[in-house]
Amino acid sequence: MATTLGFDSPTDPILERRRRIQSVAAASLGRRKVYSKIAVGVCWVFLAIAIVPLVGVVVYVVVKGLPAWTTDFFSHPTTPEGIPGGGVWNAIVGTAEIGFIATAVTVPLGLLCGLFLAESDGRTAAAVRFTADVMTGVPSITIGIFGYIAIVRNFGYSGLAGAFSIGIIMLPVIIRAGETAIRGVPRSLNEAALALGARRATIARRVVVPAAMPGIITGVLLAVARGLGETAPLLLTIFGNQYMQWNPTKPMPALPLVIYNNSSQPYADLLQTAWGAALLLMVIVLVLSVGSRVLAAVLQRERR
Amino acid sequence: MIDPTTPLDEGVSLNTAQVLLDPPAGDPVMRLNDVTVAFAGRKAVRGVTFDVHEGEITALIGPSGSGKTTLLRALNRMHDTVRTASVTGSIMLGDVDVNTTDATLLRSRVGMVFQRPNPFPTMSIYENAVAGLKFNGVRKKALLDEAAESALIAAALWDSVRDRLKAHASTLSGGEQQRLCIARALAVEPEVLLMDEPTSALDPIATKRIEELVGELKHRVTIIIVTHNMQQAMRVSDRCAFLLMGEDKAGELIEFGPTARLFSEPTDPRTLDYVNGRFG
Amino acid sequence: MVAIFVALVAWYVISIVVQSKPAFSTLGFSWIIQKTWAPGQNKYGLLPFILGTVETTAIALVLAVPIGLGTAIALAHLVPDRVRPALSTAVELLAAVPSVVYGLWGLIVLAPIFREHVEPFLSSVLGWTGLFNGPDNGVGLLLAGVILFVMVLPTMVAISRDVLAVVPREQVEGAMALGATRWQVLRKVVVPGARTGILGGFTLAMGRALGETVAVALVIGNSPFIAHSIKAPAATLASLIVNNFGEASGTELSALFGAGLVLLLIGVAVNGMARALVHSTARAGGAASVAVA
Repeated sequence: MATTLGFDSPTDPILERRRRIQSVAAASLGRRKVYSKIAVGVCWVFLAIAIVPLVGVVVYVVVKGLPAWTTDFFSHPTTPEGIPGGGVWNAIVGTAEIGFIATAVTVPLGLLCGLFLAESDGRTAAAVRFTADVMTGVPSITIGIFGYIAIVRNFGYSGLAGAFSIGIIMLPVIIRAGETAIRGVPRSLNEAALALGARRATIARRVVVPAAMPGIITGVLLAVARGLGETAPLLLTIFGNQYMQWNPTKPMPALPLVIYNNSSQPYADLLQTAWGAALLLMVIVLVLSVGSRVLAAVLQRERR
Repeated sequence: MIDPTTPLDEGVSLNTAQVLLDPPAGDPVMRLNDVTVAFAGRKAVRGVTFDVHEGEITALIGPSGSGKTTLLRALNRMHDTVRTASVTGSIMLGDVDVNTTDATLLRSRVGMVFQRPNPFPTMSIYENAVAGLKFNGVRKKALLDEAAESALIAAALWDSVRDRLKAHASTLSGGEQQRLCIARALAVEPEVLLMDEPTSALDPIATKRIEELVGELKHRVTIIIVTHNMQQAMRVSDRCAFLLMGEDKAGELIEFGPTARLFSEPTDPRTLDYVNGRFG
Repeated sequence: MVAIFVALVAWYVISIVVQSKPAFSTLGFSWIIQKTWAPGQNKYGLLPFILGTVETTAIALVLAVPIGLGTAIALAHLVPDRVRPALSTAVELLAAVPSVVYGLWGLIVLAPIFREHVEPFLSSVLGWTGLFNGPDNGVGLLLAGVILFVMVLPTMVAISRDVLAVVPREQVEGAMALGATRWQVLRKVVVPGARTGILGGFTLAMGRALGETVAVALVIGNSPFIAHSIKAPAATLASLIVNNFGEASGTELSALFGAGLVLLLIGVAVNGMARALVHSTARAGGAASVAVA
């Protein structure tokens, strides 16, 4: 083959090959460009397809849910079908209480774990980290089963059992978000404090955690958004309640539960309530999600 | 300054001296006329005019910021992806206007080797070598093999890789990877090869090997090389274009001519300053 | 502190294992793959539900992979810089919508559309495959699969987009300089360069689809029989548990725990793989992988 090319002058093989390659290139140019245009176009189409459900869901939920938002809706507890004047006030309280309890317990616990993980690089830490990551994706119904086994079996249906389950779902999210946020703090801050003679625990409290606040807040808000939207664990642990229930040791109502239960009912007013509750829940969750990003961006800018 | 009308001391006759300082030019394969590249209205390099001759190595030299790379990248339309870029003036490849012809086809005739070796990491050595051919629609295995082997030989890589063509490109050393990139560009048999500081990321030994390679390649492709290393330009090139940033922060062509002349008796005092190492 | 977390996880796993033991002792091991679920006859075969879980996930992924990848390519390389953040956020917000809302929307809005337009159309065009027999129900495997697709799409897109965006510019330029068309650059250089991350995103999406409960339960029709058509109603392991838990007792309850155990094992296996893949790519997707979980 071409092993005896004379390097001192362009010999025929090269010119000939160049000619052949050029002719193939020119001949296939049209086809190649059309193919590229089509493939790129398909990507654009897929992008449009991806946006459609978002718009569709949001629009529908707003259109169908807004009419349900009367003053009664926000101030009255749920009523059975056919009885007017029902609302979801009890469910709002329920969701709020469960969310509050879950957050109050998981945030400190999760952040401390995150702090620990951020400071260690050993294999145990890696294993714990991996476990936390896997736990964020585990089917939520199994967490509900766990809540049932651990609490409901012994103490009956209650808001606390629900908070427990939601807490388990939130915990790994907060641990990982906390760790990531704390790892994001420049080491120089840590070292500067050490050089000034501060003890490790003080450093953590006074220097590192405040510096990681933006990331931590974002992570917590996202975890809360996730927790509030979960339904499956609640179905197995809180049982629901038609009336106002402020006591979390008793069966409680919650927004996701109302939506789920009313969805498959054939009664128009119950369905209306479901849409209204869906809109409310969606708004809360979206506000938390978007808000966490906006907050993160604002805080980042202020730090500069 | 040497007066070319008097004979030199070492018995070199006047004619040879003239030839050394003003070598005969082959046909111009690329002609630049008043080329200006601007980004969002701000000129990065302006008013460049010179011819690139066939079978020669033309070096673009000058201190950093003088627009050498910007100018080079305009020659194969790499600025097309930058929305704010505008290229004016005429760049002719033979009788084809670079800026109005099809960019994809242009790049099969004008190849490029980059500053840092960039072989495709998911492809084997062979696949890298034929990547350009495949992009241009070549499918016949015989032609692919032939072109790949020829290019790898030309890049002085064939002997060391012929038995491991299926190995990943990342198993090669830095210098070898750059030679693979050269082979990849050569496989398409371009008429012009643009090289953007091809040795600046390599160690001295690898650099030397590539410089030797480039010297041998010029009979196969016309080479335009950007280098900030004056000694490299002196060693390797036949002609040089010296660019310098002007007061408006735009690079301009100060002088263009045979390398020997530019480095020994340049016309412009700024060229003299640069080649004497007074700045840059 | 960490010990508490680890203890909780251990307690969680152990509880479910322990609670499903009775079913295993009474029924042996093969009950999991029996195909009849009839508590009245003391039969607790889980096969219909395992199939339902796998099939709905398969439908979701068949749709999510091309559309997700195409969307990610568009977001990472085609969309103008100014619009990119807004569009990316829009797609990611899809992940924030609670699953029960998707279920409600699917049941009330999509199911009639499926029953009256989508299913008849698909049956006429694709009926030859034998997958579209039977009546048009609206609810069923197909609708559940499509709802799952919408729910896992953001996961697929977010992770893919992150890895596609960090493919080094010099490789893109290298391909361009050889005379590649835009699509050739994407297909031969950009996507292969991101393939590990994309696979991770895919596996994460799979894990999410396998574990989804309420949205599926609302739109799948809840039939305990093996479905013979894509349009037929069916059930998944998760929907089985959520529908029958309230009234179950004795062996049935234990069987449900067993179903939970199967779901747990599948979920851990798939998510474990996904995390291993996502971790082995560049740290580009840090925030995305936490948020999207």
